[in-house]
Amino acid sequence: MDRALRRKIANQAFVVICTGAALVALAALALIMFSLLTKGVGGVDLMLFTADTPAPDSPGGLRNAIIGSILMCGVAMMIAVVIGVLAGTWLAEIGGNTPYGHVVRFLNDVLLSAPSILIGLFVYWWVVVPMGGFSGWAGAIALGILATPIVTRTTEDILNLQPNALREAGMALGASQWVTVRSIIWKAAGAGMLTGGLLGFARISGETAPLLFTALNNQFLSFDMSKPFASLPGAIYPFAMSPYETWNTLAWAGALLITLAVLGVNILGRWLARDKDHK
Amino acid sequence: MSLQSARHPDPVDPIFRGLAFAAATTLLLTLGGLIVALMIGGWPAISKFGFGFLTSSTWNPVTEVYGAAGPIVGTLITAVLSLAIALPIAVCVSVFLTQYCPKQIAQPVSTAIELLAGIPSIVYGMWGLFVFAPWFARTVQLPILTSLDPESFWGKLLAGVPNGANIFTASIVLAIMILPYMSAVFRELFRSIPPQVREAAFGLGCTSYEVVGSVLIPYVKKGMIGVVMLGFGRALGETMAVTFIIGNSHRFPDSLFASGSTLASTIANEFNEASGVHLASLIALGLVLFLITFTVLAIARALLSSQRY
Repeated sequence: MDRALRRKIANQAFVVICTGAALVALAALALIMFSLLTKGVGGVDLMLFTADTPAPDSPGGLRNAIIGSILMCGVAMMIAVVIGVLAGTWLAEIGGNTPYGHVVRFLNDVLLSAPSILIGLFVYWWVVVPMGGFSGWAGAIALGILATPIVTRTTEDILNLQPNALREAGMALGASQWVTVRSIIWKAAGAGMLTGGLLGFARISGETAPLLFTALNNQFLSFDMSKPFASLPGAIYPFAMSPYETWNTLAWAGALLITLAVLGVNILGRWLARDKDHK
Repeated sequence: MSLQSARHPDPVDPIFRGLAFAAATTLLLTLGGLIVALMIGGWPAISKFGFGFLTSSTWNPVTEVYGAAGPIVGTLITAVLSLAIALPIAVCVSVFLTQYCPKQIAQPVSTAIELLAGIPSIVYGMWGLFVFAPWFARTVQLPILTSLDPESFWGKLLAGVPNGANIFTASIVLAIMILPYMSAVFRELFRSIPPQVREAAFGLGCTSYEVVGSVLIPYVKKGMIGVVMLGFGRALGETMAVTFIIGNSHRFPDSLFASGSTLASTIANEFNEASGVHLASLIALGLVLFLITFTVLAIARALLSSQRY
């Protein structure tokens, strides 16, 4: 066989393999989404939002879990936005180029990909044990620690994209660094920072592992975050593992809810970021 | 905006800088606190079992003897196997999307893949438990079990209870889970290559296979290894997708189709029922997991220092 032909065949084979692999990958992912939709939609009805998690083999919904998830994620995002925006601003505007800045940036990147179950252990040791029990606060802190590195990183990246002329303009007007950052830089970077927050929110809303031994779970509707607290992932996990069909159905419905919420928030974040690019 | 003169500096400024510095330091303290918590919490187990904790595969809550070898090996096998499955497919997907696919299709498909990378891992775990494991047991495991001689090499490698909950299926679910993430970042890497590089290679008469294999992939090699390490880090520490399907037994894994456990799945499963040495052993498992993932992530970040994903 001559060389040209061999190269041609190798090339054709490569194209076929790549296309085939792409189709297999997309098919696998489509299959998962299909299972989620078909099994999840059956459990979605009005009761899902109005009733609390039931005993086995009796009707019920996920109201307490949905409310619990929203509350915990809300508190977590407050923690993450305050610490993340300040830390990201420090990295971009103040100390990012010092040796200490490099260390912080590296550790933030490590924290960003650290296994979430380890964050759960961390919060168990420093919050659950001293406070004497599982609580919604502990769950919120664990989720907050997971979201903080994401907010830090996007804040730093977005602030670095702002032209130096903005900073010089602030300085030329005699504004202090605080006023320059608050009134000029943060304002210009607002949409991008919001996207970072949304990405962080999307990441933590489906996290299960860190909640297992921080917030635990609660069968009833509760607004007292100093007690064990319900969450959607915390309800899905035992329900999916159980042999009861009604619980399994609820687990699928809950998984569908979380997935739709995560997708929705991600799409919103992208849309905000895109809007910014076109301006 | 208030005007400030150099002689009367804004009193808020030092407070702002101090708070920002404190926030940055919080990140450092979190990681430090994590290490301290894992070391103190795991100390009773480490001091009791010593180095044998890492090499023993006994995990017995009744006799209070714990060894981490089973979960450690289970973690490494599932992570390596899932990477071996996901890596070639992810490369192919990203090559297909950047080189062969028409633009009108490539854009929506890429967006879809990026969105799928954000799906919570518990969804992948549930799909593995309810859909994939039963299917795998019926159509793959049973026929293999009945047709292979149990004493042969393959028979031993593929022996196990045919319920679909085993190390192999856990690895496949993990692979599907890290696939969108790796494909999306590989695609970004390929797109970051200046078009002139690709055009120059075509200009020399390369086929598209040669362009990708000999020019484009070597061009982003460092970044790719970094991404592979990041994917590996994810697979090592993933909890929910694995806990659902690996079968959760602590024996030393001797067959691909046998149930096993990983460091993360053992912690997730037993933590709430544990106390005393059992609890300390679970925290020590966390310390082992931290050391492994920290090493992997540090290498990944060092390789990706110029690009950040």
